[in-house]
Amino acid sequence: MSAQATDLGYSKSEIMIAASARQLADERNCFVGVGLPNIVCNLAQRTISPNLQLVYESGVFGARPERLPLSIGDPTLVSGSAAVTSMFELFAYYLQAGLIDVAFLGAAQIDRFGNINTTVIGDYAKPKVRLPGSGGACEIAINARKVFVIMRQGTRSFVDELHFRTSPGHSGDPEHDAKRGWWGSGPTSVVTDLGTYFFGERSGEMTLATLHPGVTIDEVRENMGWDPKVADDLGVTPAPTVEELRLIREDLDPGGVYTK
Amino acid sequence: MSGSKTTTMKDAIAELVRDGDTVAIEGFTHLICFAAGHEIIRQRRRDLTLCRMTPDVVYDQMIGAGVARKLVFSWLGNPGVGSLHAIRRRIESADPEPLEIEEYSHFGMVCRYVAGASNLPFFPIRSYYESDIPSVNPNIRAIRSPYEDDTEVYVVPPLRPDVTIVAVQRADPSGNAQIWGLLGCQKEAAFAGKRVIVVCEEVVDEAKVRRDPNRTIIPGVVVDAVVEQPFACHPSFAQGYYDRDNDFYLKWDEIAREPETLETWLREWVYDLGTHDDYIEKMGAAHWDGLKPEPMMSGEVNYGRYA
Repeated sequence: MSAQATDLGYSKSEIMIAASARQLADERNCFVGVGLPNIVCNLAQRTISPNLQLVYESGVFGARPERLPLSIGDPTLVSGSAAVTSMFELFAYYLQAGLIDVAFLGAAQIDRFGNINTTVIGDYAKPKVRLPGSGGACEIAINARKVFVIMRQGTRSFVDELHFRTSPGHSGDPEHDAKRGWWGSGPTSVVTDLGTYFFGERSGEMTLATLHPGVTIDEVRENMGWDPKVADDLGVTPAPTVEELRLIREDLDPGGVYTK
Repeated sequence: MSGSKTTTMKDAIAELVRDGDTVAIEGFTHLICFAAGHEIIRQRRRDLTLCRMTPDVVYDQMIGAGVARKLVFSWLGNPGVGSLHAIRRRIESADPEPLEIEEYSHFGMVCRYVAGASNLPFFPIRSYYESDIPSVNPNIRAIRSPYEDDTEVYVVPPLRPDVTIVAVQRADPSGNAQIWGLLGCQKEAAFAGKRVIVVCEEVVDEAKVRRDPNRTIIPGVVVDAVVEQPFACHPSFAQGYYDRDNDFYLKWDEIAREPETLETWLREWVYDLGTHDDYIEKMGAAHWDGLKPEPMMSGEVNYGRYA
């Protein structure tokens, strides 16, 4: 690995991307979302996980995009990919059959058990804000072997109580989770602009694993709607390497759209 | 030649899309037939139930123009950009009138088309467990497997649109339609539709289709009308023909924010133009040149001749 960038010569988004990409070491078939996950997965493929197969819900398996895709249905994902499938095949034979090792989900709201809302803010029948809805998220949460979440943290998004549960997370009862009989049983990790979290094996609850350099626990507490569990061996997230920063800045997001 | 179904967009919409119909214009980011949406707006259809996995800018335009009373969908947004403001106004504030919604997940919507296309009463999937979605959509129901394992699955009902409109790269005059690149659920939606309009970038000879039959996604037997319309999908894209016009998706966010700016845009780019060819001309040749990709040809395969 190259030397670490010094003096926090990187943005909060950049360390969030680098930390998330490292979690893809040893993963194989990865269901990618647009935006941050897209940069994360492309970074992982170019660094620690060269065999990562990028899978897009638009029906692309094994994408090798030559430019940063503007959406999950960008034509650059098709040209040079290993396979293009109908959406039925992608969801049925790849996702539902259990071929997807890890999938990324975003959230408007997430709770301590990793339940996710992407449907409405406010009442469903008369919403304050109508959000996009599930898309593939509900079946991804249920059928991917692991789910990673990458999102910026704040009291409006890390909430004590969701307004709507679009995609199920952990239930808080490990016996119940074990009996569910589906692959996914809640997210495996959450990476934010402040730190990284895992979910406790017994509690199913989001637990702070590392703080990004310079971030305090108080800052984390101020930016979520509940008092988080903290790992006994709370660590510091390793800073992005010079090479990771070069790839992010020069290749993956030269316009700084996602990494400001 | 016999069996030609070629017609104009104006005639296809006039003959096949009626007030009150359930209409699906499909295409997952790729091959979204904006030209058909604009013609439906121009002909002032009303009370449509619009179905689409991903209502994006074209449905925001149509719903903003008042053609629909109901929307059936799985993901509602301007992909890679943000919100659809005209649709949000109708859902959040009934402005200028309410919009009924019925929502699924992507896999649920795909399987509704599969059930419709396969003449099945429902289709089972492993989704919706412990989600709130079934609580707001009673059409999504849980059943148990009739076999020994007794697994609980959710089922979705068939979707059979009165009219399905799909864009494709090329078709022959009888409607044998070929697509490459993202396939979305064009095939499932076409087979599920009671009436089907295929809109193609170019009409080609039947012989050209028969040279590469694996690429035929929709056979002419289910197609009622074939419309040749270049750039029919702009600002969406047609693989190999033109790229997505991302600047327009960004601009739409501004245009749709206020009813007045939306109305002005509709007047300038839809109502005041007779056809999509006028739209192409108004946009200017330089614009289309800028969206053209460099060629990247597929290799050829040998089908063999078995005479």
